[in-house]
Amino acid sequence: MAASGPGIPGNPRRRKALQDMARFGGGAAVAATMLTAFGVSSRAKPAQTLRPPGALPEKQFLSACVRCGLCVRDCPYDTLSLADWASGPAVGTPFFVARDVPCEMCDNIPCVKACPTGALDHSLVDIAKAKMGVAVITSRETCLNLQGLRCDVCYRVCPAIDKAITLETSHNARTAKHAIFEPVVHAEYCTGCGKCEKSCVLTDAAIKVLPVELSALRQDEHYRRGWEEKKKAGGALDDAPLKLPVRKPEAGGSQ
Amino acid sequence: MTAKARPYLEARAEKGLWASSRFLVLRRISQLFFLALFISGPLFGIWIAKGTLAASMTFGVLPLTDPFVFLQSLAARHWPEATSALGAVIVLVGYLLLGGRSYCAWVCPVNPVADLAAWLRRRLGITYTAKVRPELRLYFVGAVLAASVLSGSIAWELINPVTALHRALVFGLWFGAGGTAAIFVFDLLVAKQGWCGHLCPVGAFYGQIGKVALLRVAADDRAACNDCMDCFAVCPEPHVISPALKGERSGAGPVITSGDCTLCGACIDVCSKRVFNLSLRARNGAPSTQSTTMPAPAARVASSPRSSERVTS
Repeated sequence: MAASGPGIPGNPRRRKALQDMARFGGGAAVAATMLTAFGVSSRAKPAQTLRPPGALPEKQFLSACVRCGLCVRDCPYDTLSLADWASGPAVGTPFFVARDVPCEMCDNIPCVKACPTGALDHSLVDIAKAKMGVAVITSRETCLNLQGLRCDVCYRVCPAIDKAITLETSHNARTAKHAIFEPVVHAEYCTGCGKCEKSCVLTDAAIKVLPVELSALRQDEHYRRGWEEKKKAGGALDDAPLKLPVRKPEAGGSQ
Repeated sequence: MTAKARPYLEARAEKGLWASSRFLVLRRISQLFFLALFISGPLFGIWIAKGTLAASMTFGVLPLTDPFVFLQSLAARHWPEATSALGAVIVLVGYLLLGGRSYCAWVCPVNPVADLAAWLRRRLGITYTAKVRPELRLYFVGAVLAASVLSGSIAWELINPVTALHRALVFGLWFGAGGTAAIFVFDLLVAKQGWCGHLCPVGAFYGQIGKVALLRVAADDRAACNDCMDCFAVCPEPHVISPALKGERSGAGPVITSGDCTLCGACIDVCSKRVFNLSLRARNGAPSTQSTTMPAPAARVASSPRSSERVTS
């Protein structure tokens, strides 16, 4: 090191200062590593805990949320609460559990307005465009409608009735003369408010709101839907279809 | 030892009860005041400040943001909304005027607990203390910001006992008070002023502001000092006192310039000779320009090879 260079006498004070720097620097590196590991692991959030409307994707959310609780304070229905150590989500961050208190989808979205950092994205102005999660029928075996009964509760409480949840009829093979009214969720319109999960009459809800990344999966970009492309183009994309060779056995073959 | 156990006795006899405890009383009122701003809402429905010390909104118009939390968020690569940026600037300017670590002594909810531990230490005669250098906390600030960069999240706020205690008090998240209980035990049994004085990165951050902050404590009447050492016994950062109190010989001004000073005023209360006062940094102006011609402290000379050459040649 520089201390052993020519013309510079070995100085015990300088050596001590360098030793301290190395010791403290080492300690700081250990602390930073542990904190980093803790920070990364805090992204694991239980599926039943949902973020407020407009929340950035979890990774960005944890870089933005300062855990101030202003969204919690401005929620008029006490839906939101701040996470304590045992709640599941990162300590101090806001969340709600749909089965306990669902989101009432206020028109003016006070929680988003209250957020000082943009962890709740201020570009969300239409609550119908929120994506707190997506409802999924998690138990086809117990859903009353799927057993041929008429419950319909999830469908009727849905704030986006007939868009986010529709009832699709099919033949009831068991009775052979009735219809099954299956509740079907359309992810495009579902905000993840959780009214359906809250209202499910079963002891264990058959419909649950799951975080977006668990339920509404991305379509791979290289898949193009022919009918959509056709609509975009305003007609057939190719008016002279390829002439494919006719593959059939040679004229002289058997058959 | 018994004199150190009750350092305020002499000042009380000399100046009376109020003059020897007014900063302590004012600090406790200030701490309760800042807590009451946040707690009156959830307790009585009178909403003054919403949120926590990390970020808040007072009367719906005044945004305040802890600049250290704000800095962590920037380090985690989030570009925040203007509201929190404005709040951080307001707080930053406030502490540039009012002394930096005055946050620690006048606002922070952990302070009464750390003070209790320090008081018990004196009364119980606990003298053992682990030797931790005060600079360690600066490395800890670096570690906190590095963890924000590396994890892309505000990682420190997962365990920060300061904001956790405030959330515990304001939002009823009682697990968060566990860190403060640990601080109490650590301060009482392991290291004197161990948390606030050696480890807390929040205080270390405000200490950096304190290095240039306007409001300071000064040993104005240092000629009257009778070397009773009471101020050293009660000061949470005793190393900040001597450069100002004993600086006459080296030509240093009477103002305590170190950012580590929390402006708690304990030295003002405890001094029976009325040596200390609140003051402005600028009062050190004239003497400190003189003092630049004085020889630099030995450690600084030693740490720079060039200057040591100059000294030897």
